Order: sequence, then C-alpha cells, then structure tokens
Amino acid sequence: MKNKRALFAVPYVGWMTLFVVAPIVMVVIYAFTAASGGLTLENFSRMGTYAVVFTRSFKLALIATVICLLIGYPLAYWISREGPGFQRVAMMLIMLPMWMNFLLRTYSWMSILENTGLLNRFFSAIGLFSLINGLSGASIEYFPMINTQGAVVLGMVYNYLPFMILPIYSVIEKLDGSLLEAARDLGADSARVFRKVILPLSLPGVLSGVTMVFVPSVSTFAISKLLGGSNELLLGDLIEQQFLGTAYNPYLGSAIALVMMIVVVVCMAMMNRFGEGEEQAVML
Amino acid sequence: MSKKLISLADCCMAFDGELVLDHINLYFNDSEFLTLLGPSGCGKTTTLRIIGGFLTPTSGEVLFDGVRINDIPPNLRQVNTVFQRYALFPHLNVFENVAFGLRIPRTESGGGRKRKVKIPESEIRQRVLEMLDVVSLKGFENRRITELSGGQQQRVAIARALVNRPKVLLLDEPLGALDLRLRKDMQSELKRIQQQLGITFIYVTHDQEEALAMSDTIVVMDQGRIQQIGAPEDIYNEPKNAFVADFIGESNILDGVMHEDYVVEFFNRKFKCLDRGFAPMEPVDVVIRPEDVDIVPPEKGQLRGTVTSVTFKGVHYDTIVDFKGFKWLIQTTDFHPEGETIGIILNPDDIHIMHKSAYSGMFGDYSSYSEEYDDLEDVSLLEEGVGDEE
Repeated sequence: MKNKRALFAVPYVGWMTLFVVAPIVMVVIYAFTAASGGLTLENFSRMGTYAVVFTRSFKLALIATVICLLIGYPLAYWISREGPGFQRVAMMLIMLPMWMNFLLRTYSWMSILENTGLLNRFFSAIGLFSLINGLSGASIEYFPMINTQGAVVLGMVYNYLPFMILPIYSVIEKLDGSLLEAARDLGADSARVFRKVILPLSLPGVLSGVTMVFVPSVSTFAISKLLGGSNELLLGDLIEQQFLGTAYNPYLGSAIALVMMIVVVVCMAMMNRFGEGEEQAVML
Repeated sequence: MSKKLISLADCCMAFDGELVLDHINLYFNDSEFLTLLGPSGCGKTTTLRIIGGFLTPTSGEVLFDGVRINDIPPNLRQVNTVFQRYALFPHLNVFENVAFGLRIPRTESGGGRKRKVKIPESEIRQRVLEMLDVVSLKGFENRRITELSGGQQQRVAIARALVNRPKVLLLDEPLGALDLRLRKDMQSELKRIQQQLGITFIYVTHDQEEALAMSDTIVVMDQGRIQQIGAPEDIYNEPKNAFVADFIGESNILDGVMHEDYVVEFFNRKFKCLDRGFAPMEPVDVVIRPEDVDIVPPEKGQLRGTVTSVTFKGVHYDTIVDFKGFKWLIQTTDFHPEGETIGIILNPDDIHIMHKSAYSGMFGDYSSYSEEYDDLEDVSLLEEGVGDEE
C-alpha cells in the first residue's frame, strides 16, 4: 500500500461495498432475471405499461424542483445579505423541521389537507363555502386537497426545500465581497451586479440544490402514498409494491428501479456538464 | 496640470464610534501620481474607499471637479479601482473581465431625454485589445483567470479599470501580493502607464520605498491624520515630525535645543545646521540619516562612539554605534568591527531639525536595534495577512 493513511478508508470502503455496490449489482442481476429463473429482457418489455407512472413521477418531481428553486433562491439570497446573527437564526428555522421525523411531518400535512382537515374546517368556519354556494348555487362542503397531485407536490416542496436553500445559501454567502464591489466600481447597478456576477457564480449551489431536491422527489413513495392516495401512484410506490405489496415481483421492481436510476444519472450528468465551468470558478 | 480634480474637505470617518479619519483636508491634482502612505490602520484605505464611493464620510465633503459627490454610488463615479486582491471575475476570461465595464450601457441625457447608450461590439473589442497591449498582455484574451500568474492577474485588474477611461484610478496596495522582483517591475510599469495615459493615480501602500519610487506627491498618514504632504525628496529630506522621519527610511532622532538660527545643540555640543525660524532655545527633534554620517578616526571626530554591532546588508554595513548611551544607526560601505572606537563628522546639511510633536521620543533610538528590526518585519507580515482596516 503506497499510503498508510489509505487504511483509514477501509471502514468506509467496506460499508460502500456491502450496502451500495452489492445492492446495485443485485438490482442489475434481478432486473435481467425471469421469475422462473434464467436471463430475460421481459422485465423491460413490460415497462411500457408504466409509462404513465414514469411521466407523472418526473413531472411532479420537476414541478417540485422548480417551485423549490423559485422559493429557495430568493430566500437564500436575502438571508446571505443579512447580518450574521440573522443568518444564524434563519438557518436554525430552516433546519428545525428537518430535526423532526419525516413521516411525522408528512402525516401532519395529511390532517391539514384532509376533507375534514384543518384547512377545510377553517374555510368552513369563516363561511367561505356558504359564500361560494350562495353565489354560484353549488353545494360544496370542502375543497378536495388531499389525494391530488398538488398535495404530492406540496409534500415534496415542504420536505425538500431546505436541500435547495442550504447549498445556494452557502455559495452566495461565501462570494468574495470585493467581486461585487469591483462590479459596482466598473459601473454596474445592483440588478446588473446580480445578473452578471452573483447569479453565474451561484450556479454550482443551484445545481447541487436541484440535484438534492429532484432525486429524492422522483423516487419518493412515502409522500405520494400519504398525500396522493392510491390515485397518484409514483415510481417509488410502484417499486415498493413489487417488493412489499400484493404484486410481489422483485424482478420487475428491480428493472423499474434500474431504469429510473439510469434516467436520473443521465439527467444529472447533463446538468453537471452544463455547470462545469462555474464549478471550477467557485473552486478559486 | 495642477487642476484640483478631487478634494476632501474636512472629512471624518468613524466606525462604531471610533474615529478612523480625523478631519482630513486633501486635494488631488489632475494627472498626478499621489500616494497615501502609512502603517496599517492609519486610514489610507478608508480614504481611498471614500473616494471610490464604497464609504460615505461621517462628516465633511467629497468634491469631484467642484461638485459634491458624497451620495453618488460607485457605479456612477468617474473613478475606477484596482483592488488589493485584484477581485477578477473567476467565471469570465481575460477579455470578458476587461470588457465588463464597457458592456454596461451608459445613461446619457441629451436634449432633456435620458437614453441608454451601448458601446458597439467592434469598439469594445478594439479598446480591450488596446488596453491589454498597454499592460503587456497581448494574446492573453482567451485565458481563464485561474491560468494566470499573480503578476498577470494584476495586469488584468489594471486593464479592467483603465479601459473605462476613468479620470482617476485608485490602487489599493496592488503590489502587496507579488514577490520583490515582480514588485519592482510592476512599479516602473505602473509609472509608465500613468505617464502614458496621463490620468490621476491615487495609490495606497505601506511600503515607503514603493512610495518614494513612484509618486509625484506623497501623503504620509498615521492615526487618521495627515502627517505630511510633499514630493518624495521633501518628505525624505525635510520630515515634519519624528513619525515621518522614522517611517520614511531610517533615522536617528535625538533631543536637541535650537540656540539660534542655524545653530543646534545636542550631546552638549553645538552644530551648524541649515534650519531656521525656531524660537530661541526651543527644544527640538534632530534627525540624522544613517547614510549621511561620515566615519573618521576618533581623534578627528566631532563625536566619539563605540561600535556595538555590525550587520552586512549587501550594499552597505548597518553599524550600530554607542554615543554616550544613545545608539545610532550608521550605514557605511567601510567595515568597522564591533568594539572599535570611531569618530564621526556631521556636516550642516546632514542635520535636519523638527519641532517637537506627539511622536517625539517614540522613534529614532537604535538601542534595541536587532529586536526592533525583527519586530518590524513580523509586523509587516502580519499586516499583509490581516489586511488594512476593513
């Protein structure tokens, strides 16, 4: 061994081999195996049936990512411009929900969005429904919010927003103040300083934020299960069903997982290629 | 030539109640090379940032061509800055860095209407290439900033500022991060560029040699106050107080008494000098530059002393000589070993007389010479690490 310190990596390498590499190899093997045993491509040819789930998963994950970006970037930018005391408190508030159990948080959204949930009861209490009914002659008693795609997206945004804010914030916060002064000095007004300096230099943060929101969103099953009901099946749910559900078929499940993984990896590779220049810039 | 371009009128600056600039009155002439010189924390960078528009003075006025510009933001001032650590945009190549200012549309108010004027791409290209030529970086336009050496980055920073044709270029210790050799090269390069373009340079440094070598005018600052303004020769030959005498070059500073015009007494002996206009029997500070002292055999000297240490410095020897308990630094090309008794002769023009000031007695004694030298070097290293009053 060239370097004795390489020994320190042994636990991690062991862990990775056992719990990352081995499972992936198993997934690949399973994906090409027929239920009866023997090599097959059948698992992939059946994939067309689930095209609608694929599209839905990627669509909802994309929407959630875009919303996270639209909320997260301005927020991160604003926080990073404030004083250190404010920054600490703001970061605390953003991280705080993450210290609570993920499922618990999602359950609480259930009780908020249900037909007889907090929100609908609130609307009812302020007389919103009687107002609408009186005006339009309809007879609604609640807004259907739970078990919709909107609820699933809401769950994703709520749960993964911090993963968008944190990397963007840390990149902007570390931006060399003298670069901004230099831009001002050369004649740029605030808007131009932002467009020409801050935005391009914060792209690496945006890229990792997008990755960290999109990947878990596209593969989630808990959020869709709790907030999307049985109507809004996502890839995660589909895979889960193949392993734990009634439709037990780990071979098909592995094939779906493999395809999803490949699509995600391709997406990320394309994004990273796009952001490569800026990545180096920030390494300075 | 001697048109007042920028004036600071009674400017004060306080950070958290601490006075950093104390009633500064200063003006900058058109096309001069002016250096703000002083130790770390003296207020020189603050002064520069006020001119650049990054700070607004707590009180007092900043005038540009006679017009008050206190509240004009940096992007609307006809002033550009070369920053201490260059502050080049890492996501842009050399060409785009230099072109940054040119790509910004200027608002021109003509005929009562305001319109945005863009510089055509062909002109941008021409001006950028021209400027890269001025700073000797022809052919570097497509390089990434990260591929450049410190000296090259420095040149890009200068080109980026100058391409906008500012009336004034502000330089904040621009050579601080370069090694000695490169510094010397860049010093003459900067001077050449300034003369070639004929614009005002306001240069901030704590390096007195740099200031002496480049400036038309030097402003020596300490503790938020201007200590002396003058041409390099005047500052060196006629320092106003012990601080200036000590900060610019090496000085032996002695207590003396001015008996009458042209006659000063120290070490119980009267010397002829060239200074006048002091009150009779006024206590004064006497400055003697180490290189002005002539060493002679003891019997021929006006004063007699013992060599206590000798350090070889290349061109000369730093010789420390004890005169009745007061240690002088004498720089000579002749070697006098430790323990030798020597005599010295002081000619009238070797002696410079200053009024007593708050700095009297703080400088100019080389009793703890070697340690002082080491300390000074440490301090200058620290200063560079910490940066100047930010």
